[in-house]
Amino acid sequence: MDSIIHFFVFIPLAGFLISLFIPERREFIISAVAFTTAGLNFTVLVLLTFVWIVNGHPSLKLEELVLYKADGYLFTLNFYFDKISCVYLFVGSLLTLMVTVYSRYYLHREVGYKRFFNTILFFYIGYSITVLSGNFETLFVGWEILGISSFLLIAFYRNRYLPVKNGIKVFSIYRIGDVGMLLAMWLSHYLWHENIKFIQLNNYELVHEHIQSHSLVGVFISLMLLVAAAAKSAQLPFSSWLPRAMEGPTPSSAIFYGSLSVHIGVFLLLRTFNFWEHQYSVRVIIGLLGFSTSVVTMLIARVQSSVKSQIAYASASQIGLIFIEVALGFENLALVHFAGNAFLRTYQLLVSPSLVSYLIREQFYEFTPHKHDKVPQWLTKIYHSVYLLSMKEFNLDRFLSKYLWSTLKTIGQRVNYLDYKLVIGIYGTVLLGGFYTLYHKQYIPGFLQNYMSLIIAVLGLVLVLKSFVERRRPQMAWLLIIMNHCFILLAVSYNDHFDAEHAMVYLSGVFVSGAVGYFTLRKLKKSETRFDLDKFYGYAAKYKTMAFVFLVACLGLAGFPITPTYIGEDLIFSHIHQNQLLFAASISVSLIVDGISLIRIYSRLFLGPYVHQTLETPYRSS
Amino acid sequence: MEINESLFSEHHVLHELKHYLPAQAPLKDFIHHNTLHAFQSEKFFNALQRATGIFGFKTLLSVDEYRELFHQSKISSDIIAKVATEKKGAREAGKWIEKMLHARYRHQVTPRIGRLRSLWKKNYHIDIDNDIQPLLFRVLCNYLDQGIAMWQFPEIKGSFLESLLVLEQNSYSSLFRTREIKEMFLDRKWEIKPLLDQLVGDESLYEQYLFDQQFAHQGWSGLVAIIESNPQTLLDTRKITLRELIVFELLFELDTLNYHFGPVWAPLQKFAGSLRKPLFEPVEGTEANEVLALWQEAFEWTFYDTVLAAIVHKEFNNPAPQSKSFQAMFCIDDRECSLRRYMEKLDGSCETFGTPGFFGVEFFYKPEHGKFTTKLCPAPVTPKYLIKEIDSTHKHEEDLHLTKHSHSLLSGWLISQTLGFWSALRLFFNIFKPAMSPATATSFRHMDQFAKLTIECTDINEKEDGLQIGFTIEEMVNRAEGLLKSIGLVNDFAPLVYVIGHGSSSVNNPHYSAYDCGACSGRPGSVNARVICQMMNDPRVKEGLKHRGVFIPETTRFVAGLHDTTRDEFMFYDEELLNGEWEQKHKSNKELFEKVLDENAKERSRRFEVINTSRSAHKIHNRIKIRSVSLFEPRPELNHATNALCIIGRRDLTRHVFLDRRSFLNSYNYAIDPEGRFLLPILRAAAPVCGGINLEYFFSRVDNQKLGAGTKLPHNVMGLIGVANGIDGDLRPGLPSQMIEVHDPLRLLTIVEHYPDVILKVLKSSPETYEWFINEWIHLVAVHPDNGTLSYFKEGAFVPYQTISEVEVAEDATSLIENTEDNITVHLIKN
Repeated sequence: MDSIIHFFVFIPLAGFLISLFIPERREFIISAVAFTTAGLNFTVLVLLTFVWIVNGHPSLKLEELVLYKADGYLFTLNFYFDKISCVYLFVGSLLTLMVTVYSRYYLHREVGYKRFFNTILFFYIGYSITVLSGNFETLFVGWEILGISSFLLIAFYRNRYLPVKNGIKVFSIYRIGDVGMLLAMWLSHYLWHENIKFIQLNNYELVHEHIQSHSLVGVFISLMLLVAAAAKSAQLPFSSWLPRAMEGPTPSSAIFYGSLSVHIGVFLLLRTFNFWEHQYSVRVIIGLLGFSTSVVTMLIARVQSSVKSQIAYASASQIGLIFIEVALGFENLALVHFAGNAFLRTYQLLVSPSLVSYLIREQFYEFTPHKHDKVPQWLTKIYHSVYLLSMKEFNLDRFLSKYLWSTLKTIGQRVNYLDYKLVIGIYGTVLLGGFYTLYHKQYIPGFLQNYMSLIIAVLGLVLVLKSFVERRRPQMAWLLIIMNHCFILLAVSYNDHFDAEHAMVYLSGVFVSGAVGYFTLRKLKKSETRFDLDKFYGYAAKYKTMAFVFLVACLGLAGFPITPTYIGEDLIFSHIHQNQLLFAASISVSLIVDGISLIRIYSRLFLGPYVHQTLETPYRSS
Repeated sequence: MEINESLFSEHHVLHELKHYLPAQAPLKDFIHHNTLHAFQSEKFFNALQRATGIFGFKTLLSVDEYRELFHQSKISSDIIAKVATEKKGAREAGKWIEKMLHARYRHQVTPRIGRLRSLWKKNYHIDIDNDIQPLLFRVLCNYLDQGIAMWQFPEIKGSFLESLLVLEQNSYSSLFRTREIKEMFLDRKWEIKPLLDQLVGDESLYEQYLFDQQFAHQGWSGLVAIIESNPQTLLDTRKITLRELIVFELLFELDTLNYHFGPVWAPLQKFAGSLRKPLFEPVEGTEANEVLALWQEAFEWTFYDTVLAAIVHKEFNNPAPQSKSFQAMFCIDDRECSLRRYMEKLDGSCETFGTPGFFGVEFFYKPEHGKFTTKLCPAPVTPKYLIKEIDSTHKHEEDLHLTKHSHSLLSGWLISQTLGFWSALRLFFNIFKPAMSPATATSFRHMDQFAKLTIECTDINEKEDGLQIGFTIEEMVNRAEGLLKSIGLVNDFAPLVYVIGHGSSSVNNPHYSAYDCGACSGRPGSVNARVICQMMNDPRVKEGLKHRGVFIPETTRFVAGLHDTTRDEFMFYDEELLNGEWEQKHKSNKELFEKVLDENAKERSRRFEVINTSRSAHKIHNRIKIRSVSLFEPRPELNHATNALCIIGRRDLTRHVFLDRRSFLNSYNYAIDPEGRFLLPILRAAAPVCGGINLEYFFSRVDNQKLGAGTKLPHNVMGLIGVANGIDGDLRPGLPSQMIEVHDPLRLLTIVEHYPDVILKVLKSSPETYEWFINEWIHLVAVHPDNGTLSYFKEGAFVPYQTISEVEVAEDATSLIENTEDNITVHLIKN
């Protein structure tokens, strides 16, 4: 029976691959593939669930698929099926089925019909892998797919400014969550001395024994998981991304941001519940976070005068309650709440355009004019303050942009005075010198030896920040990221023994996608005179294939699970010691900003209003 | 008002702004109008060129699109030659045709709007719009909100700024980020000029700056201007002026600049350099403009010429049937064009008429339990009468999914765990078996079928809301006379005369009111039909009409109905008053109507790719009905798409012409109106209503991004008054792409059957109507009643017109419609 889990991963994968090869004009075949995929998954799931429950619903696990093995290191893909996966998969496949059938007609004749269904299926793969994952490595594969497909769906109307801007914004916040995941995975290596499987977390003694001896590490891992969960589930302080994700066609907003995507954070908590169950401080923090989110977002929801943002904030506040339920250990309640909330919000978003005629009719028959009750001055003042604050979304959006992006940008701009030749010169020398001294450590002064890895990592981080703020030369921004990968490798090599084979695993993806991306950029530069990162150019309108190839190259360079670099990144972290928080943090920030910077390069060049079209272009404010 | 000679006149600039901003009312009052109404005082092509140069609108198709149409034979080469010769002279024509077909033109336009204000970004690296628009829109939307938010705007005291002031004064939080600007706001420093002095600093730039600023979010600014001039358009009224919006936005801009740069930044004039030219100085024409104009004319006349050829080609004496089984009056709406054709086909002895769908009775309507009144007549008219619905048994249906309870914390907790699962089921059925629900907007709910209406005025001194309740007999006679004479129905009445208004049904459609009757201010025409029928059934009215030359026999009954143009269904009113022979006749007519509606649905279905038009009419009709209640159907019907004609004359002109649902049809008989007394009101209504519909479709089609609303799929409803993309976007006035994608942008060709000199005299008596024609926003052709010769209205006079097209002949409409989704050229139909 365990092998049935295969189906839930391979059906979406097959559906996605098939959908890529159907010509754009064959609308109905494209959508048929999509809803057959979801429908098949749903049917198999219902049958399986039936048999599974009759058999006393044991937890199922799939024998692991070893992707990379070296002494003391094992990278496996591992799947797991239990009640939580079952509920998530049920809701996911049912909603995807209904929404794909819905979109079949709704998107009829829309430009990008195929792209839409491709992306939905891609998302669905990510969702299925995530909820069926048996270890963190597998979960992170799905997690990454969710992030990138969310970006693509939000920026679906890629010829307009706001969707692209908001797509980047949401993607960036997801990346913050990813830092949490990376750090949690990193420390897990040390806590368990292996790639821990979720099924092992059910073993109370095992968990208890490990946590007991490393209580601080345990708390840290839990908190990092919480950061990841909070980012994905729009909890404080990240909540403001959720309404901003409502830029795509209504059905996609409905299933992703109304229901599936936004409940993945809850899933992560449920999945790791056994791990932090006995860390009471963590449970209190989760509960408090859920509570404060539900109160704040509920207030914000009350003053929203647009339908979609109202539903988004209302949903976030319910998810806050689910966080509380999870923290209290009411797993079943949380699952029921999740399913109900997901269905309700999907439906509400789908019928949201009907609200105009419905509510105007209601107003026509039920209207009662404003009444001004006499209330004490102080109460009015509090009410006004809350109203104003809620209207400003508690400054959440401004807060994130001020403290996060501006900080990164400021640091990046600090080093912007560095001329490129200088950068290449200095960094090239450092890199070469670094690799040379790696094998001739006697040349390094003794007091530096312990800090070499951190210094190099920070130097690498500077590179990627510079790439992040680069406005003129896309190729340079691209090269800086490749270079950053080399620095990460160098830094880790200083830290620990990192053999050549590992380095190959890590760099293979970097170099291949780096080269592909570089040549794509060069080609684009040759054909276009306006080629920089100062604004959005929308070249995807003209160079469709090039845009696609470049996107794939970006993903490869970002360590997306399509190249061995993905495994390489995990390897890197396994060579960072438990007490090197700063080092681990700078590496993970490096990798995260890498991703953001790459998406930025892609978006600036290929998305947004097409620069050569001056008529019939959308307003910037639309 | 300033007395000294200032370069900046606030009053003037505000006036100009209001003139140029989009003039679309809130969603519930969506009424079609010329999108470029601000340019209507200029000649058509000149105006388009200016609109492009100043605002960057695309106002015609591109040269490539026209060439594509030419290659598809949708533009004829004969017509191209004809147009080029007429416009450029015989000697130059060849040269111009060569240019039309082969010259290369760069489609680069750098509009003037936005240039000045973009200097902020260029010189300060700050994106002001990004910084202020999200909050600005939210404040506006929350203030104007008609019922989405759970907490209303806390203080609605006087005007917009006053309300904000009260809010700001009594709060620990602030709208502003710097103390200095907050204090300016609290001190009521609400003058535009001093604020601009700080921001821009050079008076000669102020007008341009304000245009740039307001056109950066023309959707919201336009709506504010509309609400300012017509506060009643919001049921829950708000006071707001464009001036207040500008002041608030200027303060916001100062706030942002101070926040980022402190007090040290130089006003914009420092960088203005070469931009000191007035926004509205003439736009220079290019050769490309001329080529586009030639293409557009050729495109239009390719179609017009076949229509005109068909009209004159026809057997001239094609008389209306002698003894009439029944008569039916419809709206002039282009959607009724095919319905009438099928009715006449399936019952050869019936007679149909077209007239604006308010049927000559103008009033406000108040349904029972309604808290407001609704205007049921063309938008520019302000009625003095009120019709009330009484004895209604109708219940207002509720839907828990659509209420706001689920958005609060604890009831949301309960609802999501209970109703949440119910919604999965609801969604399932909605997708696999769509049906009518409270979420559906349907015109049948406009009035309770079995309720009564207060039509007769019993006491002229009794007023409600300042309106007279019902009409006196004298007033009824006036209206009945006006209606019947304008359509030329003064004798030969059949035993049953139907008066059928129209409306629509759709779901998930914020633009629902654009689908209803334009002559009833975007509402269904059922009440009007019922009112006029009851008037004309009244013996006292019949008596009164006799003295005015309209003889309605005792044996004639008027029956009111409503045609749902989306579902293709009829509903009749006061049927219980029909007895004996009338009842029998009505019953058999209803059977006929079922078939007519099936056929009409079938003809409509040819535009829908997912329906196979060759199936049986009845089956197709069922699918059409399902379409109207499907949540996932963004095109429940295609509304006025493809409209291009307005024909004012007897049915004899068009009875055997297949017009492909592209024509407004207004019945009119020149013979009983030699002076053109009834022609004047017809033209006065047709120009703004039909011309407005036509041009809104025209411009939404050619520039769906800037003049239309873009695709409706990502639309988000804002405050029940408009739609925007996402949550931070500007409002999107105009029509969504799903409404206009099959539309061919052709100006309206109005064809009038009367003597040219009478038409000219009538037109000139109404300057605002004349403007439409003399400036070429609508074409006009006269059909001479005596000999059928055509003459075209050109530069103030009628000149003879000769058609050059051959008209094709078809056996019947069915053979035409089953084969193509595309526009069908005009045919003569044998059967």
